[in-house]
Amino acid sequence: MLNWLPEAASSYAGDFDRLLSTINWITGVWFLLAEAVLIYLVIRYRRRPGRRAAYLPANSLRSMSFVLVPCAVILGFDLLLDGVSAPVWDEIKLQLPPHDEQVRIQGEQWAWRITYPGPDGQFDTADDIETVNDLRVPNDKVILFELTAKDVLHSLWIPELRLKQDAVPGRTIRGWFRPTREGEFEVICAEICGFAHSMMKGSLRIESAREYERWLASKAAEPRRG
Amino acid sequence: MTTAAAHAHPESFLRTYVFSTDHKTIAKQYLVTGIFMGIVGGLLSYVIRMQLANPGQSIPGYGVIGPQQYNALVTMHGTIMIFWVAMPILLAALANFLIPLMIGAKDMAFPRLNMMSFWVFFLSTVVLLVSFFVPGGAAAGGWTSYPPLSGTAAYSGGQWGVTLWLLAVALEFVAFLMGGINFITTAINLRAPGMRLFDMPLMVWMQVAAAVIFLFSVGPLIAGALLLLLDRLAGTGFYAPAAGGDPILFQHLFWFFGHPEVYVILLPGFGVIAEILPVFSRKPIFGYRMIVYATIITGILSFIVWAHHQFIAGIDPRLATPFSITTILISVPVAVILFSFIATLYRGSIELASPMLFALGTLAVFLLGGVTGIHLGVAATDIYFHDTYFVVAHFHYTLIPPVAFGFFAASYFWFPKMFGRMLNERLAHVHFWLTFVFMNLTFLPQFKLGFMGHQRRIVTPTFFEALRTPEVEQLQSMATVGAVCLLLSQILFFANVAWSLRRGEKAAPNPWRANTLEWTTPSPPGHGNFDTAPVVYRGPYEYSPPGRSEDWFPQNLAPEKGAGS
Repeated sequence: MLNWLPEAASSYAGDFDRLLSTINWITGVWFLLAEAVLIYLVIRYRRRPGRRAAYLPANSLRSMSFVLVPCAVILGFDLLLDGVSAPVWDEIKLQLPPHDEQVRIQGEQWAWRITYPGPDGQFDTADDIETVNDLRVPNDKVILFELTAKDVLHSLWIPELRLKQDAVPGRTIRGWFRPTREGEFEVICAEICGFAHSMMKGSLRIESAREYERWLASKAAEPRRG
Repeated sequence: MTTAAAHAHPESFLRTYVFSTDHKTIAKQYLVTGIFMGIVGGLLSYVIRMQLANPGQSIPGYGVIGPQQYNALVTMHGTIMIFWVAMPILLAALANFLIPLMIGAKDMAFPRLNMMSFWVFFLSTVVLLVSFFVPGGAAAGGWTSYPPLSGTAAYSGGQWGVTLWLLAVALEFVAFLMGGINFITTAINLRAPGMRLFDMPLMVWMQVAAAVIFLFSVGPLIAGALLLLLDRLAGTGFYAPAAGGDPILFQHLFWFFGHPEVYVILLPGFGVIAEILPVFSRKPIFGYRMIVYATIITGILSFIVWAHHQFIAGIDPRLATPFSITTILISVPVAVILFSFIATLYRGSIELASPMLFALGTLAVFLLGGVTGIHLGVAATDIYFHDTYFVVAHFHYTLIPPVAFGFFAASYFWFPKMFGRMLNERLAHVHFWLTFVFMNLTFLPQFKLGFMGHQRRIVTPTFFEALRTPEVEQLQSMATVGAVCLLLSQILFFANVAWSLRRGEKAAPNPWRANTLEWTTPSPPGHGNFDTAPVVYRGPYEYSPPGRSEDWFPQNLAPEKGAGS
């Protein structure tokens, strides 16, 4: 229901979309039910000459049950939602499965600075590869990212991955995703970050492993400054 | 001047209309200031919506809009609508006008403090408005003013905008602290003889609950704002990581206040509905005590949900699920209140007069705001919806019902009492239907934009490929048409007020045949409110009681001795 999200491109998107659909159904049915009762009552009990309203102050628990029982059912649905949603949160945000590739992403006014460990697989070495607004990852591999911010808050937002995470100066936040669909997607900043916040945009390119390796190799071969 | 002399001479113009200690005049001062700021906030939304429908094009009456200006517009729109419209109108104006009248008091417990409260608020309003015109422009870091963006001029643009914003917000909170103390003290101490706590109209309960929630929650925010001010002016580093500070600390302090604040605004809106539903259904409110208890539980829970604004802000991810559970849990007491309102209609005798239309409209609209809170309260789905248009749609669906619909319901209901004239009913009906339709036209499309992943607070959506589609542009245009028509529809209200103030039918003391004490005063009530001090014999919602021929039973009407009818 309400399937308006962009086509998914990550391994956890399926679980996410299923959870969202469950929530849409539960809240949608409750919403329509409540509106229907509201409208029905207004029409059914419109003022008519000679008809007096009933005196129902609902002082007893028995009469209050007309409200309390539906609310108890809501409590049941609440607990159900807690139960089905916590695992999805844990999958996306708490777990860090063993990774195939690592990348550092830094938000700054107003760009995404991306760092790859380079051929030696180690960060902070001479062969690190750095790009601006150009994030490339191999398809179907677990990507571990370390997210930081240089100046103010930013928020890494890639709708197709169902992934959003604030970048905070002074903190390194680790997260992961496993892309499942090749293509190019926008890397958005979702947190207001000053003058050019609206123009802060990078690209995520999900490529085949071979294309990705070729690109990495060409980057590594580029002469670097300083 | 002796007391006798003060009574002998009529009060000066300045004392009667400007530096008045009369709660009704102070209510009107808050009301007029709030409405004026509402017009300012509404015009800002006009500029925002026009830009979003036609990015980059010159906006009639404004011109071309730059990115910094856009950031300032959304910041100030949110700030004004929450702090300078919802708070002065729903809390200050309604509570000031109604609490003494509803509990049978001559005035507030502390009339001078009350006057000071308004004038500090007025000063805060001036400071905020001045901030539009300082070098660098108004604050532009969002209405939440998160550091480090708001921490130094280097990041946020101007030096003065955020500083004045902080000063204005701090002054405003001082004003509402004084007001809140007054509301609580008055309701506890000045009730008419015979009025027990559980004989108070729900409006008084809701206002007191709101004041208590505000008192308990505002401290951390004032501390947070002060630290931010020190960071800006004295170069401290409370929120600067390089100096050992932490930006997320501010978010905790802000939302520890910010989420209870939602209920501070919501509860008085619920209070309006609770007064109107019984009168126009001719029925007692369903489950008076249950509503009071649910309100108290809501208030308590509202203090332990704040981190749902920060699920993805970089807090420990293990905190998300506990806060998610408390957040979703709050749906239960709120549902108790809403369902009790709906149950009040059952077997009633419903008259769709203008106050009732707006009260029912509040329920109808708020229900969607309520259920969409689940999408955001569930931590996992909040990952996607956070900072998208879904959030924008959600909080407009939760705040417009109490703030706009609640205000209009209250206006059509209590205008006769406040000004002694009736408003035009036919015009009011047209106003309701236009407001209802265009409100939905404005914000329903924004839910869909949120589903599509459209992030909020961007000046040029067309910069992003995913948002450069005919469907997105169409939805944005729908929302803009809705917003412009919604704003234009409000002319009907102001025209009605302007016309009715002079030509409206003179209002009887109790035009709606209502039970509560404010309707026993003349319309409008004079200084001191009550001709004779009322005595209360029963609860506020004794409509259609058995064994009585009339379908109402005013709180102050003495029981007939040995009456059998």
